[in-house]
Amino acid sequence: MLAFILRRIFQSVIVMLTVALVSFALFRYVGDPVTSMVGQETSLEDRAALRDALGLNDPFFVQFARFLGNAVQGDFGISYRLQEPVMGLILSRLPATLELALISGALAFIFGVGFGVYTALRRRGIISNAIMTLSLIGVSLPTFLIGVLLIWIFAVELQILPSFGRGEVVALPGGWSTGLLTPSGRASLILPAITLGLYQMTLIMRLVRAEMLEVLRADYIRFARARGLSDRAVHFGHALKNTLVPVITITGLQLGSIIAFAIITETVFQWPGVGALFINSVRAVDVPVMAAYLMLIALVFVIINLIVDLLYYAVDPRLRVDRGAGASA
Amino acid sequence: MSEPLLSLRDVVVEFPTRRGVLRALDGISLDVNAGEVLGLVGESGAGKSMIGSAIIGLIAPPGRIASGEIRLSGQRIDNLGPSQMRALRGKRIGMVFQDPLTSLNPLYTIADQLVETIRTHLPVTAAEARAQAIALLDRVGIPAAAQRIDDYPHHFSGGMRQRVVIALALCAQPDLVIADEPTTALDVSVQAQIIDLLKDICAERGAAVVLITHDMGVIAQTADRVAVVYAGRMAEIGPVSDVIHRPAHPYTRGLMGSIPSLREERARLVQIPGAMPRLDAISAGCAFHPRCDVATAACATTRPAMTHLVSAQKGEQSADRFAACLLLDHTAREGGEHGG
Ligand SMILES: Nc1ncnc2c1ncn2[C@@H]1O[C@H](COP(=O)(O)OP(=O)(O)OP(=O)(O)O)[C@@H](O)[C@H]1O
Ligand SMILES: [Mg+2]
Repeated sequence: MLAFILRRIFQSVIVMLTVALVSFALFRYVGDPVTSMVGQETSLEDRAALRDALGLNDPFFVQFARFLGNAVQGDFGISYRLQEPVMGLILSRLPATLELALISGALAFIFGVGFGVYTALRRRGIISNAIMTLSLIGVSLPTFLIGVLLIWIFAVELQILPSFGRGEVVALPGGWSTGLLTPSGRASLILPAITLGLYQMTLIMRLVRAEMLEVLRADYIRFARARGLSDRAVHFGHALKNTLVPVITITGLQLGSIIAFAIITETVFQWPGVGALFINSVRAVDVPVMAAYLMLIALVFVIINLIVDLLYYAVDPRLRVDRGAGASA
Repeated sequence: MSEPLLSLRDVVVEFPTRRGVLRALDGISLDVNAGEVLGLVGESGAGKSMIGSAIIGLIAPPGRIASGEIRLSGQRIDNLGPSQMRALRGKRIGMVFQDPLTSLNPLYTIADQLVETIRTHLPVTAAEARAQAIALLDRVGIPAAAQRIDDYPHHFSGGMRQRVVIALALCAQPDLVIADEPTTALDVSVQAQIIDLLKDICAERGAAVVLITHDMGVIAQTADRVAVVYAGRMAEIGPVSDVIHRPAHPYTRGLMGSIPSLREERARLVQIPGAMPRLDAISAGCAFHPRCDVATAACATTRPAMTHLVSAQKGEQSADRFAACLLLDHTAREGGEHGG
């Protein structure tokens, strides 16, 4: 168990180092940092002095090591565009993105599993067919179109939900701002969360359905039925648990993509999160923010991966080797 | 003889398909008496497993019992509603499947699965159910049952898992156990142990067994009576020694003839020349006639009915025998010569 965790952590560190290298290359070689930092009228000597002061003439590895050292301490430099520390910018916007991503991830998981199980159990029902057809639309429509459609229906036509922004937020200790505690914050979350989660939901639903149909054909399900267990016990005890083993992995990875793909949704709904920050930074070639964003997303993926592995481990006893010695009976 | 424990009368199982209706079982009739072991033999695809599925009410949709009746202790069970049928499964009829590696849910401990099954059928507390489960595991030969009960299926070998499966099938004290090739997937060295265990534990509890197998040696040693199935129809049924030594149906004779010596323990069923027809291509008349070496013109047109034969052998229990063959007089006489 411990060896397993250590090995996974080691792999995660390798991944992060690789991303850091890419991120550093971006930071260092896309555009000229000095040009981006100083005004038009700065003299050549001043530029050279600044270049020296910033250590840009040092060997590559020294610079990379310094970049890493700073990154570990959360220092990604100053945003060219906003002239503020990058880390502070990202931290102030992270709660918005994480709240959006977690809520839409939870929605996607709950409804994905629910609909997936339902359509697997009532394979030929009218409602199942309707859900399957709608889900096809869900996967084929681009995210921004879904967002625009939702805005048109619920914000413009029905006027029951806000179309942009995060609503009223409450500051929590630790610098976290939440929209979950105010009615307008919760209302503002609905449309973006649906937009962001719809694709993942259909994905999870189709996965659960396929997996569940497969599991329902398994011998141990037949044997469970032959022992007279109730449909409920067979479907939700025996079948669902086996279905969820592979689903957990996919869902975990989906949560990573949700955070990464929040960019589009945040743009459509003018959601003040890191995705919107990233888009604006790309427009302004604000390289430090881009580099930091890259590392942040990588970190999120790595952490989620780690959690998924541990969950997998908790759900599937076959992966636990602790009692393996008893296997030879 | 009192009323049989289980009785099938002219059971027909059909699968509607796009290209017409397939008859997987066509007029199966057989009885199982309380406490006896009935062997069920026949080539692969003959419908042995289907008979088991029909009895326990688990035919895969869209398959269904189209006609005939199945009675358990005189009560019809082929037309019960889902919840009534569920109450019988496990409680009155236990089932053991072929592959113990896939019969157990990998994500639950043995204790979880046993306790759940016991508590589904018997009004006991979790602690009582657990105590029963440990006693049962001990009885089926799991060493250190009290400790092993909390292990997961993957901690056990194939033979041990089949013992657990038997415990699961028997944990609510059924009167009838259907064992569908319970040893086919196992190592040869443990096959005999599992069969012995199944036979002994069912005998102790007075449970009857329907034993589906390809192994004539097992049938000879274990079963009281044997039924031979061909292409979804009954070929022959009768006491084991009669059927083995004096087969009445040419197909049975082929099956027995393909065994080098019946005294040899582990003789396996060898195929007769030709193959069993597909379900959509069963010829008119007797289903076996295209492969039969004594078939006459009538065999191609007239379907033989199950006919009562009386065994007149001295020194043996006189029990009912039935066979479905137009040439029964001929074969019976031949059989008689064989035995005498
Ligand atoms: N779902 C199904 N749809 C159509 N036909 C089926 C279905 N299931 C089984 N059958 C047919 O029913 C017949 C009987 O099958 P069954 O599994 O009972 O054979 P078996 O005697 O148990 O063979 P084996 O020795 O290989 O286990 C076969 O011809 C099979 O093709
Ligand atoms: Mg079979």
